[in-house]
Amino acid sequence: MTITDPRRRTATPAGKGRTPVPAPDRLPRLLAEPTGPGLVDHLDLWGPGGRLDLDEVGRAGLRGRGGAGFPTAHKLAAVRRSAGVRGRTPVVVANGTEGEPASAKDAALLEHRPHLVLDGVAAAAAALGADRAVLCVSDDDDRAARSALRAIGERRGLDRIAVELVRTPEGYVSGEESALVRWLDGGPALPTVTPPRPSDRGVSRRPTLVENVETLAHLALIARFGGGWWRGVGTADDPGTTLVTVSGGVERPGVYEVASGTDLGGLLRSVGAGPTAGVLVGGYFGTWLSPERIDGTGLGRAPLARLGGSPGCGVVAVLPAGSCPLAETARVAAWLAGQSAGQCGPCVHGLPALAGALGAMVDGDPDGRAEAQLHRWSAMVRGRGACRLPDGAVGLVQSALAAFGGHLELHRSGRRCAEADRPPVLPVPPRARRAA
Amino acid sequence: MNPRLRVDPVACDGAGLCAELLPELVSLDDWGYPMVVDGEVPAHLVRPVRRAVSACPRLALVLRDAESALGTPREAGRRHPVER
Repeated sequence: MTITDPRRRTATPAGKGRTPVPAPDRLPRLLAEPTGPGLVDHLDLWGPGGRLDLDEVGRAGLRGRGGAGFPTAHKLAAVRRSAGVRGRTPVVVANGTEGEPASAKDAALLEHRPHLVLDGVAAAAAALGADRAVLCVSDDDDRAARSALRAIGERRGLDRIAVELVRTPEGYVSGEESALVRWLDGGPALPTVTPPRPSDRGVSRRPTLVENVETLAHLALIARFGGGWWRGVGTADDPGTTLVTVSGGVERPGVYEVASGTDLGGLLRSVGAGPTAGVLVGGYFGTWLSPERIDGTGLGRAPLARLGGSPGCGVVAVLPAGSCPLAETARVAAWLAGQSAGQCGPCVHGLPALAGALGAMVDGDPDGRAEAQLHRWSAMVRGRGACRLPDGAVGLVQSALAAFGGHLELHRSGRRCAEADRPPVLPVPPRARRAA
Repeated sequence: MNPRLRVDPVACDGAGLCAELLPELVSLDDWGYPMVVDGEVPAHLVRPVRRAVSACPRLALVLRDAESALGTPREAGRRHPVER
């Protein structure tokens, strides 16, 4: 993890033993460094956890940081409403599973700033009247789990309810919220068809808030300083700060905290990016940007939506010049196909077909057959899974076709480029055990 | 408003009966799984749709009320056993 700035605070005018309110435009926030790793140091930096007001969350304009970008205030309100209507006590689930191979920010947060996440869990649980809170961490993430467990132990007596740590099976779809609910109820970590959504009927059939750990850390700050303070950095459309994981062809890869909407070109220069062949933004459900799109594109929902993308979970994977973006995408598409939970026919059959057609295109597609298949199967697969894995894979493949038209011509002419045989840049981990 | 026809992709194993019984609304993809025309079921097809729904060997074909974006109590009562 990279921390871009030492902790900085300004004196508060309100003084008198209260923890000073940090200047809203000071960065980093989530990654601001306490003087030590313990709870005392955390409270020394941030002061006691505040009370979370749902209106303040709405004012902040915070959106989920797990990938889907759903407005957090709406999710909180949905859980509260369902709890009221159904007369059931809600459950809070902190999602730290981070199945994205190119993302490391959730693990970094849990490892280095666990108390901020746990503050957010406590604040959300109190605001909703929840009597159970669970933190989910993947089986392959021992450091994050150890750190979280130590932090949970330190908070005995501080929090109204003790947070349970639950390890989850590795795998791209096992962190999907309906899969987490099933796992916590003793089933397989596989997505289900929604509705009903977890906010209506989740763990133990109770209204359940499933929220990414970064989102919860932001909630911890909104509870303390309010929504107006929180949106004191970033843009009107993309307020606040965002954790990003920068990887690939840069001198200083790592987890950074940036103001939302930050210019991608500026970010890449600050981490020492060399000439690039393209940048994948948002994760393996994400969007490719061609090199000429990088400068002038903000890392936020509004600017990326214009290019058909979103910030997703904050992945910025830089493909160095001299790589074949199509070959990289084909490898990732094949990996995604292997991540299918095996539940839905169109995904089970369609994703390998898509990955295969893309691979064929990389090898050279003089008659356009592979490309035609790509388009046919993209249309066929989209929207037809219980979870969004098929849609994500289609989006990735289509964004590669859209972004790299120039390079595509070479493959369309029937050749396999020399770059396609370079070592992979985007990580494709060995296939995870099926969560059964 | 008329109901909408949906496939539960987890329950469906591609038997293909729906496409035979209801070619107006269901076609099969390249792997034999049903693709359903989106939108409300036209009034004159509601009866054949109900027939297809009850014929599905996996109970994977579902009629949903148009306004039930978040699931209606009626729907919640007829959860398919494979869901959980």
